[in-house]
Amino acid sequence: MEEKLTLFKNRKRFGIEKNIDIIFKNTALVLSSFVAIILLGIILVVFFQSFESFSRYGLKFLVTSEWNPVKDEYGAFTAIYGTLVTSFLSLLITIPLGVGTAIFITEDFVPKVFREIIGSFVELLAAIPSVVLGLWAIFVMEPFFRAFFVFLHNFFGWIPLFSTEPTGRNSLLAILILVVMLLPIVTSIARDSLNQVPKKLRNAAYGIGASRWKTIFSVILPAALSGIMAGVLLALGRAMGETMAVTMIIGNSNAFSWSLLSPGYTISSMLANQFGEADGSQVSSLFYAAFVLMILSLVVNIFAQWLVKKFSLKY
Amino acid sequence: MNSLYYQKRSSRNIVDKFFTSLSVICALIAILPLIFLVTYILIKGGSQITPELFTLEPNPPGDDLDAGGINPALIGTLIITTIASIIAIPVGVGGGIYLAEYSKGGAFSRFIRFGVNVLAGVPSIIAGVFIYALIVSTKILFGSMYSGLAGGMALSILMLPTVIKTTDEGLKLVPNELRYASLGVGASMYTTILKVTLPSAFRSIATGVVLGIARAAGETAPLIFTALFSYYYITGFGDLFYEMGSLAVLIYNFALEPYDAQNKLAWAASFILVLSILSVNIFSRILAAFTEKTKRV
Repeated sequence: MEEKLTLFKNRKRFGIEKNIDIIFKNTALVLSSFVAIILLGIILVVFFQSFESFSRYGLKFLVTSEWNPVKDEYGAFTAIYGTLVTSFLSLLITIPLGVGTAIFITEDFVPKVFREIIGSFVELLAAIPSVVLGLWAIFVMEPFFRAFFVFLHNFFGWIPLFSTEPTGRNSLLAILILVVMLLPIVTSIARDSLNQVPKKLRNAAYGIGASRWKTIFSVILPAALSGIMAGVLLALGRAMGETMAVTMIIGNSNAFSWSLLSPGYTISSMLANQFGEADGSQVSSLFYAAFVLMILSLVVNIFAQWLVKKFSLKY
Repeated sequence: MNSLYYQKRSSRNIVDKFFTSLSVICALIAILPLIFLVTYILIKGGSQITPELFTLEPNPPGDDLDAGGINPALIGTLIITTIASIIAIPVGVGGGIYLAEYSKGGAFSRFIRFGVNVLAGVPSIIAGVFIYALIVSTKILFGSMYSGLAGGMALSILMLPTVIKTTDEGLKLVPNELRYASLGVGASMYTTILKVTLPSAFRSIATGVVLGIARAAGETAPLIFTALFSYYYITGFGDLFYEMGSLAVLIYNFALEPYDAQNKLAWAASFILVLSILSVNIFSRILAAFTEKTKRV
């Protein structure tokens, strides 16, 4: 008995094992803080690199569209305008399409097998690299839509948005390829949030005699709205930062134009085009543009996360 | 009495029909591009595939009818993605372990989870800009500027949030009873994690990580001014410190060339890239569905 008790008392971990445990925990801690370090590093590095341009042009950089390495004059208005216009307009097309598809997938119009196939098809679309979408846009989409653009210009040319003669690559094509890229994001997030709406709500609505679409519009969509909104904001962030497909199809021209049928520019396509060859104060100006892009996408992303937290379903 | 039967012409039924067809149209529009895209790439790209494609260097663009092959880009993509995985997987899995196993939902872990989501939303080109400023322009890697190593680092920044998130979520799904049982028989925390929780979450973590790698393999924006591009064979370890080609950048460069031979090479590269990414995706989906089914039984 006595012997057993002392054995029990002496049962401690070896020093080495204890140390390993502590080291393991602290390693994991350090590794997890890498995320914060990288994030802060990105913000600080881009900010300090853009400092020269920032102190020279200040906020004027945001509203002038001169981009002239020879005269050393830089302003990113065309690119910022292009980023905002392409992302917002593409989102405007994507939202009804994506939400409509999500409703189709979550309702029982066709057997479940088909709906699951369509759902995973749409998700596979998200896996296709954007550079391949760009290639496809150049060689398939542009010729396909050429006649349509001419039609748009001939009949709606009085609207400033369609006022220029379509010549090859333009902003409207960039918007369309963005729609293809955003559709999977909006659809899959909308589908998930529609699926999360409890069945009780639907049954209650049917029970008091609401038709299917009355139920969808008045009960299910409002209940899933916060999730859908968050998905839309994530898609907006993605649209603003999207680089390759847009760079390949937007035409890359810094000349400002209201028309969607003329070549345009976005911040990310400007970076992709000029960063490799830039030197001197052009580099700093490009960093300034990158900083603007980063702030835009950070704001959108943080707002999306806040929205999810604040309005997440509480059933 | 009439109101007991389905009335085709009542306004509510007409409205319902209208919206139903509208959503069918939406679904059609959503999947048509995918079908077009995939079949087009498979046909157009697949018809360019020849054995020489995998062994030759690409010829510099010109009037040359023979564009050569994509061997350096193929190997380059493998190398750059491997570098990114070597950096991102240990850091991400370690970070995920801390979040899921050690953190108690305090301010630090909430901040890290928030940071993971924010980092996932950072545009991929910004990762390239960051690595350019940090590594390429400072020549910190033994005096080399553009290099495959820098490209791999830029990609690892994009992979990191995915890896952390899947590890965190995979570990959270492991039932607590397993942890109690392990700790109860006297195992230390790290033994519990390495021998019990991590193995039982292995499959879900592996699926997420593999999907992350597949996504990184197709990323172009972070590579165009970190790894740049190269026309030449990768011959040895030292080539890590020089410009390195990749399938994605090859597609970008050659799609914009005015010559048909180069465009065809871009299509062939797209075929290989899309085929491998899609098959990884489909395979991991089937695997995930299979695991779910066995779990239910």
